[in-house]
Amino acid sequence: MMSDPLVRLYGAVAFANGFPLLSGVDLELSPRSLIVVTGANGAGKTSLLRLLGGLLALSSGEGMVCGVDLAAGDLRQLRRRVGWLGHEGSFYADLSVKENLRFCAVALARPVTEIDAVLERVGLAARADTTTKQLSAGQRRRLGLAWLLLRRAELWLLDEPYASLDDQGRTFFDDLLGEVTNAGATVVVSAHDPLRNARLELRTIHLAGGRVKED
Amino acid sequence: MFRVAWLVAKKDLRIELRSRVLLWQVVPFGAMALLLAGLALGPAHAGNSPAGPGLFYLVMLFVALLMINRSQVIEATPGTRASVATLGLDPAGVFLGKALALSIELWVSGLVLLAGTVLVLHTALHGAILALPSVLVTLIALALAGTLYGALTAGGEGASTLLPVLCLPAFAPLLIAGERSFSAALGTAGLWEWWVIVLVAVLAYGGVGILLYGVLEES
Repeated sequence: MMSDPLVRLYGAVAFANGFPLLSGVDLELSPRSLIVVTGANGAGKTSLLRLLGGLLALSSGEGMVCGVDLAAGDLRQLRRRVGWLGHEGSFYADLSVKENLRFCAVALARPVTEIDAVLERVGLAARADTTTKQLSAGQRRRLGLAWLLLRRAELWLLDEPYASLDDQGRTFFDDLLGEVTNAGATVVVSAHDPLRNARLELRTIHLAGGRVKED
Repeated sequence: MFRVAWLVAKKDLRIELRSRVLLWQVVPFGAMALLLAGLALGPAHAGNSPAGPGLFYLVMLFVALLMINRSQVIEATPGTRASVATLGLDPAGVFLGKALALSIELWVSGLVLLAGTVLVLHTALHGAILALPSVLVTLIALALAGTLYGALTAGGEGASTLLPVLCLPAFAPLLIAGERSFSAALGTAGLWEWWVIVLVAVLAYGGVGILLYGVLEES
């Protein structure tokens, strides 16, 4: 039996400062799936992810994500159910790895006792007391994963997560995405080029000009 | 709301302790500004000058603007802003937490500069001690108003230069009331009626911030 889509967008349009970022996106995403959104610079990849995370307002059209209406629902409720990993770095630079995760855990009322296990899982246990600004780009990505694992988000939104990752980091990332998808999460990844990883069951969506061109 | 406020305040203060921007940059800047003010008055006028309270608050204005900007900058990285937004924190709690952290930072600066006022401008020590409660409450009002205006300008173009322009009209009555209360403690102005303005400002900015901070964040 087909499960209800976790994401439904019909003619979704979004603007920022009067400039159209998304110009009529139609999309349905099933739970427990791994979706790669590709496209050139300015195609609308980050904007689509931000819309799905309740971080960008829906200007017109219809949208339902995790059961929350993007036009009329409580976006704060939606945001608590998604995990966001941006390509700019997503943490307080002057806090340590552990302090950043503790902030996240307390904010979401998650047990702080899980932090050590999560750090172990992403290979950052030895860096727990290092300030985030002292981490390498790859280590910051791993911290991003730790942040997402701690949250147990239903919908993972990863904006160009493979940037600045070496081969080992990419393999680790792929394995983890496969695991969390199997565990029930839906993962949406933006990337410039289609991913070619035989171990992952992917759906690739190509954006151009703020619309879905290929699915 | 109070749980979130405490969480945010602790985080901001920890960042400040770690980066030491207040200790090594802002407080020395304030001390130098106070020293320059004393030099500008000259030895004939600096001693126990009635200008002392006004100069103290003028320097506190500069310090407050720097700290308000700093309070917003630590949230300004686009990735951090998005990640923290997905925590779905209660905006009223975020407002109170940031205002609490800013108040504590301004208190630290205020105490150092008050001591500087006594040392450099030879303001009467007993007057400075009597003025301390009104100074602390005025700085809370500045922190509440500053947090509100900081959120209004955050992320916008020219935020750091727009902030003083927006803040000055809001700060002016608070600075005047603070200066009058300080002068009252020194016995050079009428007594405590200026307190009322500061207390009303604390309640007004606190109430508006609790109600509207979420809207400002969203915008």
